[in-house]
Amino acid sequence: MGVSAPEGQGQRMALTAMVVAVIVVFSLMPMLRLLQEIVLPGGHFSLAAVGKGLGDPVVWRATMNSLVVGLGGTALALVLGVLVAFIVGLTDIRMTQALVLCFVTPLMIAPQVTALAWLQLFGPSSALLHLFGIAPPLGTPNPLYSAGGIMALLGIQYSPLVFLVVRAGMRRLPRELVEAAKASGAGPFRVAGTIILPLMTPVIVGAAALTFVSCVGNFGIPAFLGIPANYLVLPTLIFQRLAGGGPAVLSDVAFLSVIIGVIAMAGIFLQDFYSRRRDFRITTASLPPEPYALGRWRLPLELSMIALIAVILVLPICGLLMTSLVRGYGVMLTADTITLDNYRFILFEHAASRRAFLNSFSLSIAVAIFAVFVAVPVGYVIAWGKARWIKWLSVSVELPYALPGVVLAIASLLLFLKPLPVLGVQLYNTVWIILFAYLARFLVLSVRPTVNAYAQIDRSLEEAAEVAGARLFTRLSTIVFPLVAPAAIAGGILVFMTALSELTVSALLWSSGAETLGVVIFSFEQGGDSKYASALSAVVVAITFLMMLGVNLFARKLPSGVLPWRD
Amino acid sequence: MTIRGLTKTFGAVDALKDVSLEVKPGEFLAVLGPSGCGKTTLLRMIAGFETVSFGEIEIEGEVVSRPGYEVPPNRRRIGIVFQNYALWPHMSVAENIGYSLKVAKIAAGERKRRIEEALSVVSLSGMGDRSPGSLSGGQRQRVALARCLVAEPALVLFDEPLANLDVHLRASMEDEFAAFHKRTGTTVVYITHDQTEAMALADRIAVMDHGRIMQLAAPQTIYHEPANEMVARFISHGMVIPVTMRTSERNGTCEADILGQPITLRCRTGEAPRSGAVVCCRAEDVRPAKDNEPGFDGTIKRVVYQGGVARIDFAPAAAPDLNIHFVQPDPQPFAAGDSARLCFTGGWLIPENTQTGHSA
Repeated sequence: MGVSAPEGQGQRMALTAMVVAVIVVFSLMPMLRLLQEIVLPGGHFSLAAVGKGLGDPVVWRATMNSLVVGLGGTALALVLGVLVAFIVGLTDIRMTQALVLCFVTPLMIAPQVTALAWLQLFGPSSALLHLFGIAPPLGTPNPLYSAGGIMALLGIQYSPLVFLVVRAGMRRLPRELVEAAKASGAGPFRVAGTIILPLMTPVIVGAAALTFVSCVGNFGIPAFLGIPANYLVLPTLIFQRLAGGGPAVLSDVAFLSVIIGVIAMAGIFLQDFYSRRRDFRITTASLPPEPYALGRWRLPLELSMIALIAVILVLPICGLLMTSLVRGYGVMLTADTITLDNYRFILFEHAASRRAFLNSFSLSIAVAIFAVFVAVPVGYVIAWGKARWIKWLSVSVELPYALPGVVLAIASLLLFLKPLPVLGVQLYNTVWIILFAYLARFLVLSVRPTVNAYAQIDRSLEEAAEVAGARLFTRLSTIVFPLVAPAAIAGGILVFMTALSELTVSALLWSSGAETLGVVIFSFEQGGDSKYASALSAVVVAITFLMMLGVNLFARKLPSGVLPWRD
Repeated sequence: MTIRGLTKTFGAVDALKDVSLEVKPGEFLAVLGPSGCGKTTLLRMIAGFETVSFGEIEIEGEVVSRPGYEVPPNRRRIGIVFQNYALWPHMSVAENIGYSLKVAKIAAGERKRRIEEALSVVSLSGMGDRSPGSLSGGQRQRVALARCLVAEPALVLFDEPLANLDVHLRASMEDEFAAFHKRTGTTVVYITHDQTEAMALADRIAVMDHGRIMQLAAPQTIYHEPANEMVARFISHGMVIPVTMRTSERNGTCEADILGQPITLRCRTGEAPRSGAVVCCRAEDVRPAKDNEPGFDGTIKRVVYQGGVARIDFAPAAAPDLNIHFVQPDPQPFAAGDSARLCFTGGWLIPENTQTGHSA
């Protein structure tokens, strides 16, 4: 800006430098390293890896499978998410707060836990089906080990995502538009079909693109459901190749991760395009439409929503719990056979799972604290900064999270396979490489709500401190931080919850002694120890749920839109 | 404070063009203009939130802004009363007020004393422990005043401080501001779009439009001797009417014909007959003509009752597009569509072609 002054600019430059450093280290560097591996392996231009990948039929099949389950999962998530968003947003249904909490919960549960829970529900060893005597005979394959099963679970996992985006969009829908249609004599279904749905189309398409990206990048669900049926998608193919070949195949799998990256980028651009295309005539601030009175249909609809929650949340959790309480595979769950041995085993006896608790908790806490303290200055620069280039640069904070986790994991492997230059420290095969990947991946989860909070705070609060004589760092610590802290901390808790049961990144980066909870659950299930996997998952779900409820207690102090599960 | 040739461009748009003004120590200057006239930009540049494109700003003899050189807002010794108060919600009233002292590392005892003092000046003694959220609108405004007062700034900027208040509170806050200024003797620059506020409070008013200062003068001068058509129309809906000048200025007046009626107009020294002359008339310069008195005919267009008086819009037959309006006390005889004969009793000859005018 061509501004020079005897003093006061030093702190601003320090802040800018810090934000730029964070963005470069955690966002640009991994992505650039990955691209370099594809086109400039070893420093020379070469498309050998690309050619090799393109000539491999297994790669093509996995790509096709990724697209198929991605589209199928997205379709199901759209139907479910839009339906529930319309019901919650447009009708006078009761208990919306609890309904939203329950409906959004699957999003907070790690995908591999969802997969595990559903497997317990449907398999021949299902304790629940045994209870009713309708379990398939032992030895028959679980019906979820299929493309259909993957799509169904992806749909359930990500329908809350669609719900949240559409719900937010509907809040911005001015009531006048709906009231004008009502005044013209349109009934509720006509209003929904001819007014709300067309106005919501850009939002819904954006939500679909976002969901598609998440489905394509998902590792946990196709890992649990696809690998046993040998139905591979790109993330699971990468995992298998890397597990089999080690660092030697890194260049090949780097190309695979770029394919996922490209598919995901297409989705991201589509979403961005549609969010820009939002009809600006409907951006006027106004109250949301008056809900439709359901009359005698209210109770039936409420009951069917409860049934929906039961199917997508309660039943699988029950399946998980019951498996975690049985003594062994196929054993009936009765008052005599019920046992807490599995919990005792994972909590006190099994060394790796005890290490995993320690690792995952320390990693999550470290990442969450880092995320909170970085989100405040990064959010400041993004939300209130004047320089345009830095805003542009900040967009790349989103990249490591928007892109599938395997992409970042591969990039981190490439970055840290060799010891760090100058320092000579080896991160590969330690817990620190996981920490790096988590920092890069989850930072945006705290930046987003913090930027949101900045947008809701009047800038004059900071300006008042400025004229009172406070310099930048004083203002940040005494005025800005207290004001955005609730949102940043809520973001940090989101980071903690997401990182605690994370699998995608750690599945590729873990090493002996550096296991995470996700990895241990995965290993138990792969080794056929569903009861231990279930017990561990049940503990993780319980922690997640308690944290959600705990954060709800101070939800009133948060700016709106910070907690996804609060309506 | 002195401002010389201040210009601010946003891209291709000039938000502020060649603004010069001087505020004397202890003076209360109001900057008045319609929305988008650049007054907020001017305030933000004085405070140091915006950089200057050309020109310079000087506070207490020290240049604080010129192109490429900006003293940051925290080193300017200014105070701002924001439109929305900008009280920090996470601090008590006393902490809000004492913030600048704490930043300046003033010892706790001294700080406490000055906070108490500031609280008593705005008659909020004993309220220091309250949180800003528990205060009424007027009390918050007073805390904002105390907060900028406590730092003993060289200059206090008010950014439309009454725009968010209801009419009754506004009147009492006006009194409060006037008392505050009288008591402290601080130099004040007061941004507003409300001319009654500006008239009531200011020693001088700077009328702004399209990024320029149209006139900088005492409220009475602004009202009675507008420097140009914009000021004439903007202040109290002044009427701007073409006249034919007949004589040159003598003793501050000249003779002219207005809508065919001969009249004596007030004017600047040295005015001489010229074409295109226009006059500014206020509603009180118009009244119904008595029998045989010179005047002009026309039609009553509209009668708007305003409680105790009625405002009457009138179209003269000679120039039906002109809107002449005047005020009649109850009971008044006119109704829309009536024919009537009016006369002017005076007016101010608007000086020729001056875009900006400075008169003390």
